[in-house]
Amino acid sequence: MRDAKLFDEHIPRLRRYARALTGERSEADDLVQECLARAWEKLSLWQRGTDLRAWLFTIMHNLFVNDLRRRISRPEMLTLDDEALEAPRRATQEDGLGLRDLQAALNRLPLDQREVLLLVGLEEMSYEEVAKTLGIPLGTVMSRLSRARERLRVQLNGAGPALRRVK
Amino acid sequence: MKNDAPMTEAELHAYVDGQLDDVRRTAIEAYLATDPAAAERARAYARQNEQLHALFDGTLDEPVPKTLRLPPVRRTPNPLRYAALLAAMVVGGVIGWALHNEAPLTITPDLPQQAALAHSVYAPEVQHPVEVSAREEAHLVSWLSKRLGAPVHAPQLSDAGYELMGGRLLPGTSGPAAQFMYQDVRGNRLTLYVRTTTDGNRETAFRYAKEDKVGVFYWVDGPFGYALSGEIERLQLLRVAESIYRELNP
Repeated sequence: MRDAKLFDEHIPRLRRYARALTGERSEADDLVQECLARAWEKLSLWQRGTDLRAWLFTIMHNLFVNDLRRRISRPEMLTLDDEALEAPRRATQEDGLGLRDLQAALNRLPLDQREVLLLVGLEEMSYEEVAKTLGIPLGTVMSRLSRARERLRVQLNGAGPALRRVK
Repeated sequence: MKNDAPMTEAELHAYVDGQLDDVRRTAIEAYLATDPAAAERARAYARQNEQLHALFDGTLDEPVPKTLRLPPVRRTPNPLRYAALLAAMVVGGVIGWALHNEAPLTITPDLPQQAALAHSVYAPEVQHPVEVSAREEAHLVSWLSKRLGAPVHAPQLSDAGYELMGGRLLPGTSGPAAQFMYQDVRGNRLTLYVRTTTDGNRETAFRYAKEDKVGVFYWVDGPFGYALSGEIERLQLLRVAESIYRELNP
């Protein structure tokens, strides 16, 4: 009946996406955990033979967006987290500055653009898969991707290594 | 970009992402050789892709925490239960693929906050965690049922490792509310907050909220809104919430 390992092969990618999306380790794993719990709850609604990865990413997208809405409506719940800067520390010293700038610029992207950029650039989904995962038209995928990339390019060019994260 | 342009904006991106067929890729390559600005953008975008991998691919090699690999709760194949679950999801406005924009739980706007507040006030209490102890469970249940105006049950969570300590009556937003407290052998405490809903009988899917350190799963089932609060892993809390739901809907 149920395959207890059904989602296992997708977990590392879900974690990577969540980490990039939230910019923060513990929040990312919370998101993955909630996503998997939801997926098990709703498994009877998944159509076997269809793309499980896209289905899981859709669930994560919805959870993240709803979570964000809830926080926006109650901004006092927002906390600054030292872990926010953890990911860039993984980088080696020579490209460290560039990566740190990219991470900072990524965090400043509007969420809808960030999602498309990550699903394409990091997750390497086809544009059609991204459209299906996020439930938006293909043209919207392309325009968000275009704006996201250009925004990052301008920010990374303009600010250069002098860019500082101001908290 | 102009219509007669040799390369559309979308093609520039598809080139960067390797999503062009061979014919177009060759054509775009040839075009980029004549347009330094576009070529520069293509290089910058390709570099962004590389940097995203450099930033985040490390996550792929990290060992997956055990909590994420936990096998799902074994559910007995009970068609009625699935029907109930499905009904809960449908009412909650959640249907498989179309699960965008889950409707906010307007009928219980402050249920998770109230429950989390009550949890954080009473769960740490050493001397008087409950008003009426589990030794007088029958009295506790009939008293709370009388005050809430509908039959309340204190679910048994022994299978999940939690024993009923007792309960108390609390002021809710729109009348009295009940709190049942449970404890496991390590002293972790969960509270189940129950209050009547103002909107008549409804049923919703589980929702999750986090108030500071307190995680809350909440749902509406019949005349009551329920909220299970605790400072344990979200998945564990969900499992306890599910077993409560099962017990209340045999």
